[in-house]
Amino acid sequence: MLPIRAEAVSYVAGGAAILSGVSLTITPGAPMLILGPNGAGKSVLLRLLHGLLRPEAGRITPAAAIRGAMVFQRPVLLRRSVLANLRYPMALAGVPRPARVRRAEAALAEVGLSALAGRPARRLSGGEQQRLALARAAALEPEVLFLDEPCASLDPAATRAVEEIIRRIAARGTKIVMTTHDLGQARRLAGEVVFLHRGRVVECAPAEHFFAGPASVEGAAFLQGELLW
Amino acid sequence: MQDLGSAFMAAIALVRDGDAGMLAILGLSLRVSLAALGIAAVVGLPLGALLAVARFPGRRAVVVALNALMGLPPVVAGLLIYLLLSRSGPLGHWGLLFTPGAMVIAQAVLITPILAALSRGVLEALWEEYAEALRSFGAGPWRAVPTLLWDGRFALLTVLLAGFGRASAEVGAVILVGGNIEGFTRTMTTAIALETSKGDLPLALALGLVLMVIVLGVNALAQGLRDVALRRAG
Repeated sequence: MLPIRAEAVSYVAGGAAILSGVSLTITPGAPMLILGPNGAGKSVLLRLLHGLLRPEAGRITPAAAIRGAMVFQRPVLLRRSVLANLRYPMALAGVPRPARVRRAEAALAEVGLSALAGRPARRLSGGEQQRLALARAAALEPEVLFLDEPCASLDPAATRAVEEIIRRIAARGTKIVMTTHDLGQARRLAGEVVFLHRGRVVECAPAEHFFAGPASVEGAAFLQGELLW
Repeated sequence: MQDLGSAFMAAIALVRDGDAGMLAILGLSLRVSLAALGIAAVVGLPLGALLAVARFPGRRAVVVALNALMGLPPVVAGLLIYLLLSRSGPLGHWGLLFTPGAMVIAQAVLITPILAALSRGVLEALWEEYAEALRSFGAGPWRAVPTLLWDGRFALLTVLLAGFGRASAEVGAVILVGGNIEGFTRTMTTAIALETSKGDLPLALALGLVLMVIVLGVNALAQGLRDVALRRAG
């Protein structure tokens, strides 16, 4: 699956350009954080890279229907038990039954939800739901995992727990591509940064370079909390 | 008022004595309506789910037609099925006219559009929530249909109850295709119609009361089951 290449990708919705001429390459390695103010096009870019949306112009390779796995800002959990939620996408992906059971148990243990395996998934707390969504995606053992603001509606403790899980998934060799508007989180997790502003990639740099001194005016303003849109 | 009072007493007497004739009629009513509900569910629920997820030219027309069919006058449906099943009709060789089978067909035809239209509405909302995630898992619309039917099971129970209520309350179609033959195709509703036309209003009202209690009971039971299941499954 990797590298995933976006070449001059544009996306239009309702007559307005959401992304224009976006090019980037996702290679194996440390997490890629997509940063930018609200409305910069972060979520749309993630959906394009994952394959949920088709670019208006430009192309994304490899040309698979769906690339990798994805976790959404608000976890979409099936009206089933925690365990059934884990097994559902694995069954769709054609994972053999014994492996499904094994992977589901391992994933539950990793996110600390083993004791809740039989619970209805939608009765979990917000943090537990997001951990389950992460476990569900990770159990697919994707090469690349897209995370769309996974901590946006979580409290600090739940955010810490989710970040810890993300770090562990990344350490196993899964490429993380993640959007966030939380600069602290970006500093904690990022290996490389893609800075998006008004639908364009303004910067694409290793995290330490970006945070030490962004090359662009917009990037510097964003880091100082001045760039709101 | 006097009629109502004596109807109430007659209803109690009917139930207390376990009147054999009434029990047979009641049993037939329930069997016919449940069989019709079963057939309509097998056809109507997947159809509703498919309409909720599929996007094809003419979909709107199908939805509008389904909604219109929800209001199909039972007597017209009965007449059409009568023509199909009559000896000279295309399905005459089935020999079903004036049998409980014909009544099952008539009720199933009446409530299939109801189940399809109502389940489409319920499942479309669910699909809106699930669509992105299911596509992310690589599930197309076809694979989504059984998922939606299962995950919408509690809401669909209410849809089934609406269908059952309509089927068991219906009289125009079953009286045409069933013939209201005593001991064979007489149901609660056709018996009520007959007793009313014979002028035995207390008996007709008593049967009506029993029918209402049964329908209420079925609804309460289903609602209770739904609540218990919902509490356990979320």
